Amino acid sequence: MNRNGNTYTVLYAAIMVVLVAAILASVAMALKPQQVRNIEVEKKQSILASVNIASTPADAEKIYAEKIVNEYVVNVSGEKVEGDAFNTDLKREYAKPVEEMHLPVFECQTEQGIKYVLPLRGAGLWGPIWGFVALDEDMNTIYGANFDHQGETPGLGAEISTPVFEKQFIGKKLFDNKGQLVSIIVAKVGQDAPADHKVDGISGGTITSKGLEQMLLDDFARYEEFLKKKKS
Amino acid sequence: MSEPLFSKKNLKLLSDPLNSSNPITVQVLGICSALAVTAQLKPAVVMSISVTIVLAFANVIISLLRNTIPNRIRIIVQLVVIASLVILVDQILKAYVYDVSKQLSVFVGLIITNCIIMGRLEAFALGNRPWQSFLDGIGNGAGYAVILIIVGFFRELLGSGSVFGFQVIPDSWYITNGGFYANNGMMILPPMALITVGIIIWVQRSRNRKLIEN
Repeated sequence: MNRNGNTYTVLYAAIMVVLVAAILASVAMALKPQQVRNIEVEKKQSILASVNIASTPADAEKIYAEKIVNEYVVNVSGEKVEGDAFNTDLKREYAKPVEEMHLPVFECQTEQGIKYVLPLRGAGLWGPIWGFVALDEDMNTIYGANFDHQGETPGLGAEISTPVFEKQFIGKKLFDNKGQLVSIIVAKVGQDAPADHKVDGISGGTITSKGLEQMLLDDFARYEEFLKKKKS
Repeated sequence: MSEPLFSKKNLKLLSDPLNSSNPITVQVLGICSALAVTAQLKPAVVMSISVTIVLAFANVIISLLRNTIPNRIRIIVQLVVIASLVILVDQILKAYVYDVSKQLSVFVGLIITNCIIMGRLEAFALGNRPWQSFLDGIGNGAGYAVILIIVGFFRELLGSGSVFGFQVIPDSWYITNGGFYANNGMMILPPMALITVGIIIWVQRSRNRKLIEN
């Protein structure tokens, strides 16, 4: 057969496409359950990490079942509503009208009492960033934080998911003395902000740092009513 | 006519890319990822390994198919092979070594666009037998790795004061702790990677005169 002819070329391309599609599709389907499980375990590890509990993929589910004593969904007015907290997809919730949003809350039993873990989601430079922030019972002081990202630049924006960065949040406050929501400012070098509300941003990762700051402000604003109700 | 697996000619396929035909410093391919992932040593190493694996196997597959590929769509066939390999590797990592796949997340796309891979498929695998193509893939992957690791080492050392994430500059040296030293923030940014690669090219050419064009 003429290898430069049209028929050969078209046939070759068609067979190649079908073959490759079949291989990739079957591999993807065969590995799907395992991948979904990995993602769930990772989410549990992240929630635990935000309350400063270290876990491995092997023991995460056991520790999670022990420590997370309660999980529920609230709306923006701070009232509990029906819903599955663990499987709530924030991306989908944020696309809904404000009144219909479901906001998950996880309660974690620690030696220093109950901690409230709130999930967050926002935008970095290249893609989504997300995280979990644990609050003390005063609903104001941050007990721990854990952030992650899809594709921020390693060494720069991706530094938000390192312990060095996350540890800065411990002890910071969300509200000022007058009860106004200030959230946390991720500051550049030399930028002025109250020490209670300020962490250092990442050199070379300014857009990711600002995205994180925006995420904290937007998402805590959605939980504001819940935090105020719980506090009083 | 059969020649030994590791004949002199075959070994040259492995060693040449390390020096006189290095993909980055001589052929100037794959510069984009050399700038992007070398702010720290660890991602540089992970990227080097992934590129080497994909390059070696893509070379073998294209070499096996080389007598059947229609000339007019050969670039497309090459891309399909590279992309499928990368997706397969990514899927398997996601299922069995989830931590590693998270490390690799952003690099996967970069592997597909890496000019070295297409360059080698086009220049070597299309005209050579599978074993030679495999060696060529490993050799070029290693040549790429050497440069990435050198650049990553200096950028992490001078930019963050650490190597592989371990602090090597004593804390007490830093100005913030009353010392005399400060990390060079410029090293973290991509332009310094380009300058570092430039310095490597300069050193290499001053030692290997054959590479100097007139």
